[in-house]
Amino acid sequence: MIKINNISKSFGDKTIIEAITGGFEKGKTNLIIGASGTGKSVLLKCIVGLLVPDTGNVFYDLRNFTETDKEMRSEIRREIGMLFQGGALFDSKTVEENIMFPLNILTTMPASEKIERVNFCLNRVGLEGVNKKMPSEISGGMKKRVGIARAIVNNPNYLFCDEPNSGLDPQTSIVIDELIMEITHEFNITTIVVTHDMNSVMGIGEQIMFLYKGHKLWDGTNKDITHSGVKELDDFVFTNKIMKSLKTN
Amino acid sequence: MSNIALEVYCMKGFGKYIIFLGSLFVRRETFKTYYTLTLEECVQIGVKSILLFVLVSTFMGAVTTLQTGANLVSPFVPRFIISNVVREMTILELAPTIMAIIYAGKVGSSMSGGLGTMRITEQIDALEVMGINAASYLVLPKIVASILMYPLLVIISGICALFGGYLVGTLTGLLTPTEYIYGIRYSFNEFFITFAMVKSFVFAFLIASISSFKGYYTHGGALEVGIASTQAVTTSIIAILLADYFLAYLML
Repeated sequence: MIKINNISKSFGDKTIIEAITGGFEKGKTNLIIGASGTGKSVLLKCIVGLLVPDTGNVFYDLRNFTETDKEMRSEIRREIGMLFQGGALFDSKTVEENIMFPLNILTTMPASEKIERVNFCLNRVGLEGVNKKMPSEISGGMKKRVGIARAIVNNPNYLFCDEPNSGLDPQTSIVIDELIMEITHEFNITTIVVTHDMNSVMGIGEQIMFLYKGHKLWDGTNKDITHSGVKELDDFVFTNKIMKSLKTN
Repeated sequence: MSNIALEVYCMKGFGKYIIFLGSLFVRRETFKTYYTLTLEECVQIGVKSILLFVLVSTFMGAVTTLQTGANLVSPFVPRFIISNVVREMTILELAPTIMAIIYAGKVGSSMSGGLGTMRITEQIDALEVMGINAASYLVLPKIVASILMYPLLVIISGICALFGGYLVGTLTGLLTPTEYIYGIRYSFNEFFITFAMVKSFVFAFLIASISSFKGYYTHGGALEVGIASTQAVTTSIIAILLADYFLAYLML
C-alpha cells in the first residue's frame, strides 16, 4: 500500500498541487484522474521520487520514502516498475535487451534464467517473436506492452503507469487497460495509473482519486463516480455524449 | 542582462556543473557494468572518429607545409626549417587543440544530443525509477572513454599531419625527404609531447563533461535538444581555448 500525506509542489510562483492526502491499495488498480494540467503527472512524479515535493510525505508500506536516505530510497525504487507515457524504451537496445535491462543491473540472475524471464513477460503482455526488434520497428501499442513487460520483469511490488493509453486507438487502449488490471490482480501489486481517459476510468478504476486545479476533490470507485455529487467531477465525467446519455437515463 | 545578473547566471551554471560532476561518483553500479559501457563508448567515440581525424590531420599537415614553404623565401633559411615548423605547430597546437575543436563538434554534439533525447523521451527518468544513478550510469563511461581515446586520436593526428606534410613537401619538390626528416628530428624537445598529452587529457575531460552536462539537463522538445547540442559545442570550444591558454602559461 502507498500512502501520501499533505503533498504539495510548486514551480516558481506557480502551485501545481496542494496538500494532497490519500492512499492507494494493494492488489487494486488505483487511478489518478483529472483534466489536463491539474497536476496528475506531477503527483505521480512526486510519488515515485522523480520530483521532490515541497511539503508532505510518501509512504511505501509504512516506509517513509520522502525522508529516507539515498540508499533506502534506491532500495524502494528497485521494487518499482513504471510505464511511461511514450514507453521510454532505450532506443539503442532491442526489445529483449530493454526488458532484460533491470535484471542485468539489479540482479545476479544467470543469463539463461534472464532470457526465460524475458520470454515469460513478453508472453504475458501478448508479444512473441519480437525479441530482436528495435523499438523503432514496433508500433505504439507494442511499445506500451514492451514497457509493461519491462516494468514487471523484476517482480515489482508497485506499478506506476503514466497515461498508458495516450496515442493509442480505443481497441488497443482497452487491451492495455485490461492487461494492467490483470497484472495487478495476478501479482497482487499496488498499481497507480494516471489517466484522463473515461473508458479506463469505467473499465479499471477500482479506486479513483479526482484532481481539480491541483486539489483532491473526490475519491471513490468507478461504481460511485457517476453519482458523486461533485460538480467539477460531473463536468469531467459527463463530457462525452455516451456518458451524458447514461446520466439522463 | 546586467553584469551582476550575468555573473550570477554564470556562477549558478558553474556550481550546477560541479554538483553534476560530483553526482557521477555516488550510488555507482558494478565495475563490470561500467567496463562494458566504457568499451562501447570507446568504439563510439574513438574508433568511429579515426577516419575523420586521419583525413583532417593529413590535409592540415600538407597545407601547413605548403604555407610555411611559401613564407620561408629567404635563401639564408635552410629548407629543413619548414618541416621543423610543421612539427612544432603540429605537436603544440594543431593535433591537440585544433583537433579538439573538431572533436567537440563531432563527439560533443553527439553526446549532448543523445542525452538530451534520452531526457525528453523519459529514458533518463526510467533509469532513475529503477534506482539507477542515471548521471553516473550514462555519463561516467563517456568521460572515461573520452579521456582514454582522445589522446590516442591526438597521437594518430600528429603522425598523419607529419606524414601529410612529408607527402606534399616531397612530391611538390619543396624539400627533399632527407631535409624533411632532418627538420623533424632537429632540435627536438620531448617535453612538448608531454605537454600535448596533458592538453589532450584536459580537453577530452572538458568536452565530454560539458557536453554531457548540457545534454543531461535538457528539457522541452526537439528544438531544445538542438539548442543544447549547439551550446555544448560552443561552451566546449570556449573551455578548450581558456584551458589551452592556462596550460601554455603554466607549463611552457
